[in-house]
Amino acid sequence: MIKDITIGQYFPFNSVIHRLDPRTKLLFTIVFIVMVFVSNNFVSLLFNFVIATVIINLSKIPLKTVIKGLKPILLVVIITSVLQIAYVKTGITLIDVWKIKITSGGVLTAVFMAIRISLLIVMSTMLTYTTSPTSLTNGLDKLFAPLTKIGIDFHMVTMIMTIALRFIPTLIEEVDKIMSAQKSRGASFDQGNLIKRAKALIPLFIPLLFNSIRRAYELANAMTCRCYNGGKGKTTMNALKFNSGDYISYLVMLLFITAIILLNIFCGEYNAEFTFNLAV
Amino acid sequence: MSHLRTENLTFTYGEGTPFKITALDNVNIELNKGEFVAIIGHTGSGKSTLVQHLNGLLKPTDGKIFLDEKNIHSSKSTLFDARFRVGLCFQYPEYQLFEETVYKDIAFGPTNMGLSKGEVDERVRKAAKYVGIPDEMLSKSPFDLSGGQKRRVAIAGVISMEPEILILDEPTSGLDPMGREQILSLIKNYRENTGKTVIIVSHSMEDVARFATKVIVMNDAKVEMTGTVDDVFEKASRLREIGLSVPQITEIFIKLREKGYNVSEKIYTVEQGYLELKKLFKGRGIS
Ligand SMILES: Nc1ncnc2c1ncn2[C@@H]1O[C@H](COP(=O)(O)OP(=O)(O)OP(=O)(O)O)[C@@H](O)[C@H]1O
Ligand SMILES: [Mg+2]
Repeated sequence: MIKDITIGQYFPFNSVIHRLDPRTKLLFTIVFIVMVFVSNNFVSLLFNFVIATVIINLSKIPLKTVIKGLKPILLVVIITSVLQIAYVKTGITLIDVWKIKITSGGVLTAVFMAIRISLLIVMSTMLTYTTSPTSLTNGLDKLFAPLTKIGIDFHMVTMIMTIALRFIPTLIEEVDKIMSAQKSRGASFDQGNLIKRAKALIPLFIPLLFNSIRRAYELANAMTCRCYNGGKGKTTMNALKFNSGDYISYLVMLLFITAIILLNIFCGEYNAEFTFNLAV
Repeated sequence: MSHLRTENLTFTYGEGTPFKITALDNVNIELNKGEFVAIIGHTGSGKSTLVQHLNGLLKPTDGKIFLDEKNIHSSKSTLFDARFRVGLCFQYPEYQLFEETVYKDIAFGPTNMGLSKGEVDERVRKAAKYVGIPDEMLSKSPFDLSGGQKRRVAIAGVISMEPEILILDEPTSGLDPMGREQILSLIKNYRENTGKTVIIVSHSMEDVARFATKVIVMNDAKVEMTGTVDDVFEKASRLREIGLSVPQITEIFIKLREKGYNVSEKIYTVEQGYLELKKLFKGRGIS
């Protein structure tokens, strides 16, 4: 269901991760994403996986929620995996029937990609799960403050970004409401062929667009009423401050990067045949 | 045989997330044909959640809903059947209009029912007339109407399906006194002219006292009490405890009685109050 999309949602718990400075979490997320991309063997990837598990545990967000958050991108993962299996033809041939040929290399690459995408999504959603929109804006603002010196108004960009993020759940809720209203009058979104289903979506987006524009005006008015006038000279009530948790995080980040680099060097780029032989 | 009933209905929002909320807890209600049912309860007590179950929009976490003793979730066709036979008009329905013109919006339900073009046209015009939408408004965009007009269009969109059970979730909230009066009287007329069952969710004790033949009181996801207007408003102190009230006129008569006047406490509408006062004055020789 559409309600399963939890990207951009914030779960207000009180955990070590929630208390971290938003800048630390932003940096960590970036580092993690880069590390997932540079990991070129299963051992490195496993290490990323362990780090992600530890962070999820520390954040007190139920594992069920995190896994549910993956549901909407399941299709992307499956398509990617199928493509890998179809295109990678290295290694030992496992199945060769008619025009379908599946090789060990294909399967391993597919698994590798699936884990990789899942890890990326999980860690990016963890950022918004554990960081409130306000604190995320503050973090981005501070992190990119140097850019204002060279004439880029980054505050505007972060504001736009966080508002967009903040409104994902609201829009999803809205879609759900409109769908319910139409369903009560006999519309069905899960019947008929693809064209029929796509057509049923059109009356969904008109009110959604209309309401979004109305909401944007309302939000702009509300912000103006509270004297918002862009980022110039804006101070915050809770000034960001690093504390012990943040310093530990940076240490962990350093170790993490070092570990991945070492693992990459020593385990070498994964080689389908090699890994397969190892497994056998 | 009851027309519509629920059996141990339980519903949880956000199952499997940290925001789990039990919005309905073991709800058993029973409605008969032709009743005018009012559902009252404090904000967040589960009223909207309950009515969204009655036409099968929400699927119960636990429990069943029976329409003419048939479980509405037993198959796809019973569910579809329930959607048309139980017409639901949402809270703030004006945000849910979506077609290009008022006409098309009202026609959405009947068209989905598979009626012929002629029948659809007839139903649209009938429903529009019923709620007081003039013909020239039918070709307008629903987004260009005022709040009250949009509300009427939304109600017409449900009435045009001619449901056996009409449910309206807070149909009068946010309207001016005249708008409220008009909407209420059109609902009353709908029931009286067609003999169909009507359910309204309301925060106005006055309206409930005037129209309802049965009152369901919700409190914290549970049914607190069910009964006639008398049965419910008799328990004024319990109602206050759960964040509700009795009609103002009842309040006055309770106070009068406390002051030692010989009047009944069971006065729920202004008319009843007028008659009771007349009786009191007569007894004292004042006319
Ligand atoms: N879509 C939703 N997702 C999660 N929780 C919800 C949702 N809708 C309602 N709730 C919760 O379920 C409970 C019951 O809500 P419901 O809307 O049924 O109350 P209500 O009695 O209609 O209130 P009101 O008088 O304000 O309309 C509330 O605690 C509410 O926060
Ligand atoms: Mg409600």
